[in-house]
Amino acid sequence: MGDGSALLSVANGGWLDLRAELHVHTVLSPCAEVEMIPPLIVRRAQELGLGIIAITDHNAAANCAVMIQAAEGTGLQVLPGMETQTREEVHVVCLFDTVEQALTWQGTVFDHLPLQANNETSFGPQFVVDAAGVLVRVEHRLLLTATDLGLEDLIAQVRDLGGVAIPAHVDRPAFGLLANLGMVPAGLQAPALELSRRTSPDEARLTWPELARWPLYRSGDAHCLADMTAGVEVRVKAATVAELAMAFGQTAGRNYAAE
Amino acid sequence: MRLRQIVNSLGLGVKAGAAGLDAEVTGAYAADLLSCAMAGARKGNLWITLQGHLNVVAIASLAELAGIIVTEGKPVAVDTLAKADEEGIPVFTTGLTTYEVAGQLWEMGVRF
Repeated sequence: MGDGSALLSVANGGWLDLRAELHVHTVLSPCAEVEMIPPLIVRRAQELGLGIIAITDHNAAANCAVMIQAAEGTGLQVLPGMETQTREEVHVVCLFDTVEQALTWQGTVFDHLPLQANNETSFGPQFVVDAAGVLVRVEHRLLLTATDLGLEDLIAQVRDLGGVAIPAHVDRPAFGLLANLGMVPAGLQAPALELSRRTSPDEARLTWPELARWPLYRSGDAHCLADMTAGVEVRVKAATVAELAMAFGQTAGRNYAAE
Repeated sequence: MRLRQIVNSLGLGVKAGAAGLDAEVTGAYAADLLSCAMAGARKGNLWITLQGHLNVVAIASLAELAGIIVTEGKPVAVDTLAKADEEGIPVFTTGLTTYEVAGQLWEMGVRF
């Protein structure tokens, strides 16, 4: 996908048909492989034919700006985001349009995380890097833990900032909404629920009938390059979080390919 | 109380980390949220939980716990066992519930 995406859009009646991988970790996440640096992530995204990726490190957003930088001129849209952990230990993918929003959210998250040092032996190192993947600094704060934000409160705050919050890998036994809460809370303000690579939307709806009416899609939750998937197909007017929300809601002509 | 004594009394299955079986147990702690265990469990405690994923070993290592009892016959991941062996942190399994195991430990005199 070169920079011809604008041309594609015009030829397509203003619609962008893109593949979106909305859950990618960088080396800032302690559990991620050392290959998860900007140039390699961008290259892998191109190999997979992705039009959008979201950068979602655990409780941190420090590598978002450099990921956007690394993708400049490639036509790949990088959404700055985060995988935030609620007090119930549910993981939530938080997506934003601007680095400014993501960093504001990081400030809030840091206020709600216990002030603890990371233990590299137990969890792994946490690296802030530049656009080439060169080390800038080590993040010493423990990121792989829970904030004291409840799920609904977290979602409301992300929405107030202009972002969208999507419960991550709801099918996962660890840190998944269904395992930890036993059910999807009534009235949850999320445009969709994310599944891990292991479960298809059809399988999920069989296992959990309550998911029948929910938009579902699979993400890589990529901690290594091989984890990155070809994503979910979306039809949008622009690569923004509001458009993605509409795509999952299948409103105003926006749509997503429900596998 | 020696960990071996507890293991024998309760009939726990030793799945990994046998190198740590001679530890002195300082007490026990029961929680399934990792963040709670990280904040609340004390050094040398036995951790009773139904979580068997890899992160429980990281928590046990960080908090210097005596071992992890995975309850209700819940599965313990292969990578959890490997890491537990590597760190010498005993991982036990039981078909009993957390409540029952806690009760048995309490009756043996294990406190918090």
